[in-house]
Amino acid sequence: MAKTLFEKIWDKHVVKQIEDGPSILYIDKHFIHEVTSPQAFKGLEKRGLSVFRPQQVVATADHNVPTLNQHLPIKDELSRIQVQQLIENCKKHQIELYGLGHPFQGIVHVIGPELGITQPGMTIVCGDSHTSTHGAFGAIAFGIGTSEVEMVFASQCLMQTKPKLMRINIEGELNKGVVAKDIILYIIAQISASGATGYFVEYAGSAIRALSMEARMTICNMSIEMGARGGMIAPDETTFQYIKGRQFAPSGESWNQKVQEWSVLYSDADAVFDQEIHIDATAIQPMITYGTNPGLGIAINGFIPVAESIPDEGERHTIEKALKYMGLESGKSLLGLPVQHIFIGSCTNSRIEDLRQVALLVKGRKKNEHVQVMIVPGSQQVSKQVQAEGLDKIFQEAGFEIRQAGCSACLGMNEDKIPAGEYCISTSNRNFEGRQGAGARTLLASPLTAAAAAITGVVTDVRELM
Amino acid sequence: MDKITTIQSRFVPMPIENIDTDQIIPARFLKATTRDGFGKNLFRDWRYSNDDESQPKVDFVLNHKIYSGEILVAGKNFGCGSSREHAAWAIKDYGFKVVISSFFADIFKNNALNNGLLPITVSDAFLQQLFQLSPADTLTVSLEAQTVCIDKSGQKESFEINSYKKTCLLKGYDDIDYLINMRTSIEQFEQQIA
Repeated sequence: MAKTLFEKIWDKHVVKQIEDGPSILYIDKHFIHEVTSPQAFKGLEKRGLSVFRPQQVVATADHNVPTLNQHLPIKDELSRIQVQQLIENCKKHQIELYGLGHPFQGIVHVIGPELGITQPGMTIVCGDSHTSTHGAFGAIAFGIGTSEVEMVFASQCLMQTKPKLMRINIEGELNKGVVAKDIILYIIAQISASGATGYFVEYAGSAIRALSMEARMTICNMSIEMGARGGMIAPDETTFQYIKGRQFAPSGESWNQKVQEWSVLYSDADAVFDQEIHIDATAIQPMITYGTNPGLGIAINGFIPVAESIPDEGERHTIEKALKYMGLESGKSLLGLPVQHIFIGSCTNSRIEDLRQVALLVKGRKKNEHVQVMIVPGSQQVSKQVQAEGLDKIFQEAGFEIRQAGCSACLGMNEDKIPAGEYCISTSNRNFEGRQGAGARTLLASPLTAAAAAITGVVTDVRELM
Repeated sequence: MDKITTIQSRFVPMPIENIDTDQIIPARFLKATTRDGFGKNLFRDWRYSNDDESQPKVDFVLNHKIYSGEILVAGKNFGCGSSREHAAWAIKDYGFKVVISSFFADIFKNNALNNGLLPITVSDAFLQQLFQLSPADTLTVSLEAQTVCIDKSGQKESFEINSYKKTCLLKGYDDIDYLINMRTSIEQFEQQIA
């Protein structure tokens, strides 16, 4: 029987199917971090259990960590306790931890792939909704809650109901100035922030095939922003070349065998999806959001919708509420809007390719004097690469501030926050009210669009600077 | 986990769509290492001006004394965004036992079920009817019968829940109890795939 990519992996991981209930799904890799794991460890200990398969768990500290002076004790007491508790829990349960100061430390969805831990055909979970990132390798990867973290600790399994399957086909060549972030913001704007709820999404088509692995990660990363459990892309030569030679990648004879196994991971020609969507890549322009959910996005040279003309009452209220919060007006263009902050980072866009794109654009230019620009590389390894390639000098000369690895201003858990009422063009994934700090106004965009605004100080069509 | 059977109560209406988990519990309150005490920060930035408990926002429903009860009724796509289970803990800790909406985000729904907080999906039309009721009106939720009833009119709406989860909630079991008992099968599975 013809199978989808998802079904090929899912079927291989079902330990048992409960009648009129969920499946018991085996989990290959479990990533954990300091914020969503402490209660799971406590729960486990309360039951008198230890971690069932500690060698399949990898930990890092990312959400809560400062991005300055990481060699010093963390100033914020609660953050310090949380990070310390991760260290103690990992030690007690013999879990590998890439904590602060470790050369592999970084945002969990950056380090998994860059270390070669993330591989095709795997089931991967983490107590973080952006776990969908790992789907770029042809893995079933999804975010879970803390009770589920505890379940995986206890049994290396989860009770899961098989989701519906959606395929999004993107065909054609991308326009100048359009990158992966624009593709995914465009898709979410098309189908809405809940358009894929209940589904697992496979991205396919010539535009996806042409993307690098890091670009594919950006796309899969934001699957959750349209409600999807996860997103995935069939592995191909681009995938294999990316993994080859990485720290934990298979090598020698085992490599050839793995590549053979991975090569059958694609949706069969006559496989059936519950829903298919077709998108013309040439219709995509650089994107930016104006509202308070990632589905409220427009082309950079487009106009904010006129709220009064929206027939659906709920949707109209959503947009009216969003515009009020954002201090923006119906029907207007965002071009020329002064911004005060630029944040380049997060599990969506903090990888070396993102930073290379930014460097290429800003080389020899200076930031606008009215904006603050913060670059937060996704991992210690990305930071090292930035220095090795001399990108740090380009950023410094442009007046950008380079920080140390972590989630930072994407969610404003540490001190990297945007002040109330101020605008931030952010390469992160969420523009929710208060996400980057209470009252902060977030405009989501690609690293290129963020870099363009850094130079001009206003929302800018990056193509004018290319 | 607490058992759920029948709940009769007033409800708190929140006719807003796409309520994300950053609104339910902002990230700065995720630094705790226990599951307790999140209720006081539920909808923190919608409840208070300048993060100050002495400055409640008068137009926010949780600050209206006339609204009370163990049932939260919210617009569609409730619980979207971050996977933080702290959102379910905060709602539960505040005193809600049931959340009714026409559409839930997947991760939130699982988190709620894993904490004995019952997410009930109803039709858009029924949801709109609930929003039209007065603050004194009560609802009766029966998990056994899988119904929500508007007590005043007797009007009932059925809801879906898979029988495994239903049993767990009725008896107060959780998935971990089940999974631990499966360890032998899991070990056999591991040997097969090795």
